[in-house]
Amino acid sequence: MAKKSGGLGLFLYAVFYLAFLYVPVLFLPLFSFNNSTFIAFPLSGFTTQWYQQMFADEAVQQALFNSLRVGAIAAVAATTLALPAAKALTRYRVPGGSAVLGLANLSLFIPEIVLGISLLILLSVLGIPLSLWTVTLGHVVICVPFAITVLMSRMEGFDESLEEASLDLGESGWMTFWRVTFPLILPGVISSLLLSFMVSFDDFLIAYFLVGNDATLPIYIWGQLRFPYKLPSVLALGAMILVASTILVVIAEVVRSYGLKDRHKMVGA
Amino acid sequence: MTGVEVGSVGRLARFYRRSEAARGLLLLSPTMAIMLAALAAPMILLALYSFWTQDGYAVNTQPTLAQYATSLGRPTYRALFYRSIEISAAVTLITVLLAYPMAYFVAFRVDKTKFVWLILLTIPFWTSYLLRVFAWKLILGYNGVINSGLMSLGLIHQPLEFLLYNPTAVVVTLAHAWAPFAILPIYVSLEKIDRSLLDAAADLGDGAVRRFLRVTLPLSLPGVIGAAVLIFVPTTGDYVTPTLVGGSGGVMIANVIEEQFDKVGNWPLGAALAMASMAAVAVATLLFVAALRAAAARIR
Repeated sequence: MAKKSGGLGLFLYAVFYLAFLYVPVLFLPLFSFNNSTFIAFPLSGFTTQWYQQMFADEAVQQALFNSLRVGAIAAVAATTLALPAAKALTRYRVPGGSAVLGLANLSLFIPEIVLGISLLILLSVLGIPLSLWTVTLGHVVICVPFAITVLMSRMEGFDESLEEASLDLGESGWMTFWRVTFPLILPGVISSLLLSFMVSFDDFLIAYFLVGNDATLPIYIWGQLRFPYKLPSVLALGAMILVASTILVVIAEVVRSYGLKDRHKMVGA
Repeated sequence: MTGVEVGSVGRLARFYRRSEAARGLLLLSPTMAIMLAALAAPMILLALYSFWTQDGYAVNTQPTLAQYATSLGRPTYRALFYRSIEISAAVTLITVLLAYPMAYFVAFRVDKTKFVWLILLTIPFWTSYLLRVFAWKLILGYNGVINSGLMSLGLIHQPLEFLLYNPTAVVVTLAHAWAPFAILPIYVSLEKIDRSLLDAAADLGDGAVRRFLRVTLPLSLPGVIGAAVLIFVPTTGDYVTPTLVGGSGGVMIANVIEEQFDKVGNWPLGAALAMASMAAVAVATLLFVAALRAAAARIR
């Protein structure tokens, strides 16, 4: 084994790096309990009034409901689209398969603003009015690459001979999928649903161009950032999102690696 | 007649059952259809729009290069292209340099808790992008965390005004927001490296530094390139960060694109600005990847 050097230095670096990632984000909950509309040190006192204010705000509830709806539909649609594609790309040699994968992944490499305006142009040419449905469509486009990546890594992670055995025993391709493949990739499916939901839930820019009159949560937050006296309750909202998405990420990752021996390898895939 | 049709349908069915390719294409077709309809078609339409002109409320579809002439000719737009590329290049460089040791640590120094580290590194990425950017406004602002902190410690008496509303604030904020996009690809490529290669290099008498430079670094280059492209390309089009923390000196190309679509109502010009910025980014990316490949070839 090659000698490991600089162990402590690297560890300290990693800790500092984590601090760099977390400290700005943790200011949200910190100031959300501060008893002053001024967001500055020193903190003046502890209060939960911003949370009460936020929970009582009907516009927040409506925006939250809209985001949940858009996110749920986009997640189901993206995962449903990605499932057969992931199966085709991992199980069959398909001519042009990598081209399709490239096209699906393209949305990761195009700035969101460009995706937003190009869809806006298409919708206006077709005469389709903007609504939460058009936002959902935009979100499906950005969710598909995440869904395909998660599902493909899951499909590559189990023994294909289980599928072959089922086919040899006389099950049809369809039944083999439902009774063998699907249960084995179910953790990947759940993870894909959660990650897609979070991509949609967090998206601002595509929604900004495609939204009609009903705001999603990021659109609502964007509107509030202009008013200083509204900031503390926006921070309370941000703190709630932080907690909720932390829980979802952990569930998504734990579920995704469930039943895989090499669990750490799946996270970055 | 019917007999012939049944026969050809039968042949088709047999072909389908036998052919992996046909089955694969059938499974791929829904994804392909939506991606063509909602990604390729809009992009093609955007390209078409960039050759048209805005005629009051209507669009004149007579092809012209007028929008490109404006996009590339007007000094303010040219300056914005340069600035967007500079800012994104700086973000990419800083993010990749900071992320590399972190990814290296998880890939090579962590054993049983890799999973925990990777989750810890991704969690901040999943919390509201808007609010992560906004958090930096809270930190760098006139009454922000840094200024109020330093003042309550008595280190300064006037808030520092150079912290917020400039390109540096945009770079810092983006480097924070896009960190996971650097860590994960680099981590994956480091994790794939066959550890016996390092042992072999050690057995042949290479020290830690030489081992890193001649084995680890070159083999992790695909991850580094992936990370760089994954950050550089989308950040050039970021709108939220320049708007919130950029100030007038930190405006980027996305801000004028948004303006054309939202306020001015000149979609063809907005489309041309978007196309031109994507082309500029594509050229810059290809040059960068070629340069990095050439440098890597020289190391080996």
